[in-house]
Order: sequence, then C-alpha cells, then structure tokens
Amino acid sequence: MTNQFLLLVAIAIPLIGAVVTALSGHNRNLRDSLMVGGATLGFIAVLSLLPSVLDGSVLAVNLVTMMPGLSIAFAIEPLGMVFALVASGLWILTSVYAIGYMRGAQEKHQTRFFACFSIAIFAALGIAFAENMLTLFIFYEVLSVSTYPLVAHKGNEEAKRGARIYLGLLIGTSIGLMLPAMLVTWHLTGTLDFQSGGILQDNVSRGVGAVLLLLYMFGIGKAALMPFHRWLPSAMVAPTPVSALLHAVAVVKAGVFTVLKVSIYLFGLDYLESLWSSDLIMWVAAFTLLAASIVALQKTNLKARLAYSTVSQLSYITLGAMLASELSIVGGGLHIVMHAFGKITLFFCAGAIYVAAHKTEIHEMDGLARKMPITMGAFLLGALSVIGAPPLGGFWSKWNLMLGAADAQHSIMIAVFLISTLLNIAYLLPPVIRAFLLKPADGAQSKPGIEEAPLFCLVPLTLTAIGTFVLFFVADPIRGFIGTIFGSVM
Amino acid sequence: MMTLYDQLPVLVVVLPLFLAPLVATLPSRGKLPWLVATITTALTFAISISLVTQVLETGSLTYLLGNWPIPFGIGLYIGPFSAMMALIISGASLAGLIVSASAMDNEVPAEHQSLLYSCWLLAMSGLIGIVITGDAFNVFVFMEISSLASYVMVANGPTRQGLTASFKYLVTGTMGATFYLIGVGYLYMMTGTLNMADMAVRLEDVSDTLPVIVAGGFLILGLAMKAALFPMHAWMPNAYQFAPSAVAVFFAACSTKVALYVMLRFQFQILTPNLGNHLELLNALIMTLSVIGFIAGSLIAIFSDNLKRLLGYSSVAQLGYIVLAISLGTSAGISAAIIHTFNHAIMKAALFAAVAAMVLRFGSSKIEDLAGVGKQMPLTMLGFALAGLSLIGVPLTAGFISKWYLIQAVLESGTLGILLTLLILTSSLMAVIYIWKVIEIAYFQPARQELPPGRREAPAPVLIVLWALVLANFWFGIDPELVLSLARSEAVNLMGVGK
Repeated sequence: MTNQFLLLVAIAIPLIGAVVTALSGHNRNLRDSLMVGGATLGFIAVLSLLPSVLDGSVLAVNLVTMMPGLSIAFAIEPLGMVFALVASGLWILTSVYAIGYMRGAQEKHQTRFFACFSIAIFAALGIAFAENMLTLFIFYEVLSVSTYPLVAHKGNEEAKRGARIYLGLLIGTSIGLMLPAMLVTWHLTGTLDFQSGGILQDNVSRGVGAVLLLLYMFGIGKAALMPFHRWLPSAMVAPTPVSALLHAVAVVKAGVFTVLKVSIYLFGLDYLESLWSSDLIMWVAAFTLLAASIVALQKTNLKARLAYSTVSQLSYITLGAMLASELSIVGGGLHIVMHAFGKITLFFCAGAIYVAAHKTEIHEMDGLARKMPITMGAFLLGALSVIGAPPLGGFWSKWNLMLGAADAQHSIMIAVFLISTLLNIAYLLPPVIRAFLLKPADGAQSKPGIEEAPLFCLVPLTLTAIGTFVLFFVADPIRGFIGTIFGSVM
Repeated sequence: MMTLYDQLPVLVVVLPLFLAPLVATLPSRGKLPWLVATITTALTFAISISLVTQVLETGSLTYLLGNWPIPFGIGLYIGPFSAMMALIISGASLAGLIVSASAMDNEVPAEHQSLLYSCWLLAMSGLIGIVITGDAFNVFVFMEISSLASYVMVANGPTRQGLTASFKYLVTGTMGATFYLIGVGYLYMMTGTLNMADMAVRLEDVSDTLPVIVAGGFLILGLAMKAALFPMHAWMPNAYQFAPSAVAVFFAACSTKVALYVMLRFQFQILTPNLGNHLELLNALIMTLSVIGFIAGSLIAIFSDNLKRLLGYSSVAQLGYIVLAISLGTSAGISAAIIHTFNHAIMKAALFAAVAAMVLRFGSSKIEDLAGVGKQMPLTMLGFALAGLSLIGVPLTAGFISKWYLIQAVLESGTLGILLTLLILTSSLMAVIYIWKVIEIAYFQPARQELPPGRREAPAPVLIVLWALVLANFWFGIDPELVLSLARSEAVNLMGVGK
C-alpha cells in the first residue's frame, strides 16, 4: 500500500465509519463496538503516516482539479499531522466515553448522533491534511454542517435556538468574510496552495494584505475571536461528549489550526509581521483572552464556564500566530495539543458529574469529591494543565508562547499571558476546592460511599488526565517536530 | 449531398413544432399524448446533444433556410451559447415531462392533457427557435409562439389562481414582446435588415444616433420584462407557484433564460459597438436593477411561506446574478453569465422536481405543511437539500463554480467590484437562510397528525429525474470543463478576443 493511498484511507475511515454506524443502528451493541473499532483503526491509519513525515518526505495527493489553480488536494505537514493525531487519538476515548454517557443519560436518536460524530471527525482530518485553502474551506463547512444535528440533539426550543446561533455564526463568518478573502487571494495570486513562506508577499500590496488578514482572522469563526465567539457558549446545549471532543478539540482546534495555516502558509511570517492589521488582531486576541476569562468567572454553570475558558484559550493560539515569531508559532501548535488534553478532561468530568450526580451548577458541587474522588482528581489535573502549572503539559505551550512574545518584542503580551493565568486559577479551581474541602449542602440526606459515573465514562477521563501529565515529559519531541516547519530542528 | 445530419439545426425546432398539432388531436384518456410528447422531446434532446458536440468540434454552425443566402433568406446560427441553450431547453422539457408522468394526473384533468402536451411541445419549439435563429424578427415570432403556449400551460394550474397568474404573465409578456418589436422596428428602419449579423455590420454607419439609442432602450427593457428582471418580476413567482408542478420544472429551468440569451446577443453583438457613451448609462441601469433584484429577491424568498413561491423569488435573485454579469460588459462577464445560466438551470430543475414530488404526496407546497417530509420522503428531501447546497454555492457543486466565476468577473472592476462581491455574498447568505428554513422544518419538526405515518417516497420517475439532476450539480461542480469551454468560446465570438 503506497503512502498516498494510505493518506486517503486515513481520511476516509471516519466517513466509512459513519455509514457503518448508520447501517448497524438496529443493534446498538454491534453499532457501538464497530464505532470504537473504527476509531481505533482511524488512529492507527493516521499514526502509520507518521514515519514518512518524520523522514521529511513530501506526501501529497491531488484528488481532482476543478479549475487551474483550484483543486481538492491533500498533503501532510507537521502541524497538520499533530492536529490529526490529536483529533483521531482522542476520538477513540470519546467514542468509549460517549457510549457510557449516551446510555447513562438515556439519550434518544443515538444512531444519528454517532453517525454525525464520525462525519465531524472525517471533516477534521480533511482540514488537517488539506493542501490548499479551498480544500480546507470545504471540510471546514462540512464540519459546521455535520455538527449542527449534534448541537440540536435534544430537539427542544433551547437546543434549536442554540444550534441556530451556532450554525448562523459559523456559516455567516465563513461565507461572508473568509470566502471573499479567498476570492481576492485567488484573483491576485492565481493560487490557493499552502506554500512555505506564503503566497501573498510578492503579489499583494501591504494595504490589501492587511485587509485580507482581517477578513481571514474574523472569517475563521471557529477560532472564536470576539465579537464572533457567541456560537461556542451556544453550542453547550449539546450532549457533553460533543462539547468535549468537538468544542474542546476538533471544531475549535480546526479554527485555530486554520489561523496558523493561513498565517504561516498564505501570509508567511515576515509579511504577516509587516502588516498593520496583525497588531490589531493581536490586541483583539489579547482582549478576547482576558474578557472571556472575566466572563468565565461569572458563570455558575460548569459547562458555560468551560466554554468561555475555551474562548480564552483559543485566543492564546491566535495571539501566538499574530506575534509571527517562530517560537510563538511553535507555542501555538503545542497549545493545540496541550489544551486539547486538558480541556477534554474537564469536559469529560463535567459530563460524568451530570451522569452520576445530575449536577450542572458549580455551587451544587460542594463535597462532591467524597462521592466522586477519581473524577474530581482528574478535574484537578485537567484544570492545572489548562492553568499551565508544571509538571503538566500546559506549562510548555505557555512557556513557548511567552518566549515568542519576548522574541517578537511584544513584552506586554507576556503580561497578558500572566494575568490570564491568574484568572484561569480564579475560575478553574473553585469547583475543585468546593468539591474537596466543603461539606455537602444536603449532607444529612445523602448516603455515604462512592457513586462514580459508569466505567465507560471513568476510564477515558482518567486516561486523558494521565495524558496531561505524560505530555509534560514528551513535549520536547513534539516541539521539535512542529519546529521542522521552519526548516530546522529548534 | 445533404444528409439528415446536416439538417439537424433546423430539425431541432421543426420536429416539435410539427408534432405539436398531432398531439392535440390524440385522445385525452390514456398516456398517448404524454408518450408522443416525451418521445419527441427525447429526440430533440438527442439532437441538441449532437449540436453541442458539433459546435465543440467544428465551431459555430450556420444553416440557410431554403438555401437562400443571408441577408435575403433566414439563417439559423448555432454558436456555443445557442447550442447550450437548446440543450438546457430540451433537457428541462424532458425532465418536466418525466416528472409529469406521475405528477400531472393529480393536478390537471385528463380531458385537458392532450392540449397541454401539445402546448408543451409548442413552447419548447418556440424557445429553441429563439436561441438558434439569426434573425431578429424571427426571434419575435418564436417568442410569441412560446409565450402563448406558456400562458395556456400556466392557466392549467390546479387552482383558480392559475388563471390570474396566467393573466399577469400575459400582460407583462405581451408588453415585453411589444417593446422588443418596437426596438427591432427602429433598427430595421435604420439598417434595412433583420439578420442580426448583418444588422451589426450596417449599424456602424449610423451608430450613436437617436433611433439606435431608443431602439436599445426598448430592446433591453422589453427583454428585461421577459426575463423577470427586478422590478418587472412580479409575474414570475406567481406563474411558478400556480402552474402545474411539472410545468414549473420545465419553465424554472429555461424560460426566462431565453430572454437573457437574446439580451446577451443584442447587448454584445449589436448594441455595445453602436451606443457610444450611452452604453455606460445602460449598463449602469441594468447593473443597479440586477443588484436590487438579487438582494430583494433573496429577502422576499426568506419571508415566503410557500415553497414554490420561495423558489420563484430565489430565481429572481439568481437571474439578477446573470444580468449583473452581462452588465459588466467584459468577456469574463459573458463567461460568468453563460456558466450561471447552465448551472442555475440544473439546480432549479432539481429543486422544482423535488417540490413536485412533495406536492404529490403532501398535497401542498406550503412550507409549514411540509413538516416531517425528511422522515417520510428521505430520498426526495436529501435531493432537495443537496440541490439547495448548489443554489447557495457550496464548493463541489455547480453553484460554486458559478459564484466563483461571477465574483472573479466582478472583481475586475476595482473598488466597485469589492462592493458588488460583498453584495453577492450577502445574497448567498440569505440563500443559506431560506434553504435552511426548509431543511429545519423538513427534518426537525414532527409530521402533522392527520397524515398517515411511515415512508411515502416519491414515485420512481420523479426520483430518477431528481437524482440525475442532483448528480449533474455535483458533476459540473467537480468537472466544469464542458460548460467552461462553451462559455469561453462564446465570449471569444462576441468580444473578438477571449480571456
């Protein structure tokens, strides 16, 4: 099997998985085991591509050419490989978790749910391996549309309203802002290929380039730059596995991944730095980062708080891209991984708490650790990783981002990162403190003893929590791998 | 030696024209009228395909009726765009007829059907006649044939509103045709010829004179009425809504586009070199109207509560795109107009075919009555949704290719181009809203209580037409080379130099 074929297979596996899921809907045990099997197979396929990328060989497939300069094509580069590994790897754990959650919460329409879930992963892999902006755009839209039924899953008015905001903002920004940017790019350069060093600098004046940058950055709605961040909290009406994998990993990371791709391969760092609007976007990202943290502080619903925390964390990466230094880009890439593991742990825990104890509000969680020690322990690890405390993975991405800020002579951004870290502590630790240190409010009535969520939920969240710890020690190879974008191992 | 092969350019009109009276005399009961009409249309479609391949291989064809040389006799002229239009018209007609095999009995009483199918053939032959003739007066004659037949077809709609819709259509259509005739009259007065190519040459001596300018105004205005350009569009959504569903499939795909074809011919072959500085004024006027048209059309579509009406207003918007491309006056604009003419035909025909199936099963095209259609008619609704994606202009569909070329053409005009691009994209976003409105009700609302539960999929012929068209949308979205090459060579023909 050639590597080109393997690449297509890796992208196609989730799509085939969706069809298989839909067809085996009558027998849920069969369906669910096929799904976990498919997810594992998908991860293995992606993993098997890794050696050839590490060799430095170029792996590219051109599927169809629609017009000269416009084609559907895939290619692997380090950043995409990292994103694909994270998405497909966490897909396995989320599949297991989703089975436990959906059965535990007795949700309806499970077949539709799992089928759409697989399509979303298919789209995420397509984004990761896209060779040009058009291919990326197509899969970006597939991702938006395929997640709509997941957000609207409950089918009540609230879910439908949330899903409408979700889809409206994502499609609206992508068609209203990103597509025009692509059209102008193609008009001026005749290509939409991702090329190292960028395609714009020779053909586009700085003034036009600056406007294009604004269109791209606000057009990538999935990166949740304010004021286009509202879709993310709206999407929290979805069942928790969706929030966990899609709104902490696949969808939002697809957004910031696109931000990084556009910055590196369409603009190129030198050109990017010379545009006035990159400074503007940097400040918008800094504002988003802080403002979302402050909003998160005021949210009493656990999932809503986590959603705003995600908005804030995404802006770390956008900010890293706008700093346009190699260190900050690598930091941003690293943050995709670190934040994915930390945030998915937090969402898994929130879902486990809902399934086992039917609690969604933070003030209800007093003394919860007595009943759910493993869950709350995992929550603590996830929270510390998102905060960026050693010895957890989140430390390294923040470290690199701050080094990048210093490198790009934007020292004030270091202060932004530090203030945000303090805010992270202020909103992420209270649930843990309440759970571990306070007495249950209804202590007299509740039975003593452990009441954890089902094993299907518990095992994945334990694994991702351990993952945040392991990542602290394996961060350097990942960092070096992403660094090969710039030609040298850093 | 003349072979049958050489006669194809005239047969494509004459065949349906001569068979139409025959259909009218056939007994109404039974399927015979339908069968004859369908076979005739299928033959016409085959001839059109052959014409397209001939044009692709050897360039434009000229055919002299009775071998009289131009300008004394009438010449047929088949260029890339006319061959494509003949293909669209006969293809749409064939699709409509196949749909009507299942959908017509439901809406039109049996005793009217032989007349209806006779008119159907007349309309088709008239429309094809318009696009292949090289004679300006001939265009008027064929326009009248097709229009009169169309009025009858719309009037046959299942409700009494079909009559008023037909009357509105008739009033606007007659005024449009009259204006066109006045315009041709002035040009004849100035040049003494009715052959379009000849007219273009002779007009050079009298270019930029008052009668020519007035003629230009009448021609464009008359054709704009026929083409349902805003604000002369009111007849069209009405006609589509109240006509029999199968007839709507046919008309939505091609009838107004024929007027746009004539507009494009006159605009570039005859008017552009001869209007002097009035040309800019004319272009500015139709550009303004087209922009208001596509914004207003999309907006009204959002608030329409009837699916056929919604699609009708969506057509107003889509025709606005084509007129906008024409008004740019560039060769990229011509290409964009031609590309969208073709792509819009296949997407609208697919959408109306799906609607015909829904009307057949649900007895209504009101959007709120279609709740649960996604469960009961999954294949039909999926086809509708995919064709809707093409209408929006999602990549991989034909609609994306259209939008892409339209915007690239628009961007050539600098700052104005950027403004127009934003307006086009705004209108695309509105298309997202009105298509999504239908999808949400179809998939996420429980079906009405009084309907029997379970699947009630559309009849096989409708499904075949629908899915053939849906696949065509994806085919021409992924491999648009055929359409692009026709559009390019027409642009070269009209502008002398191609891009």
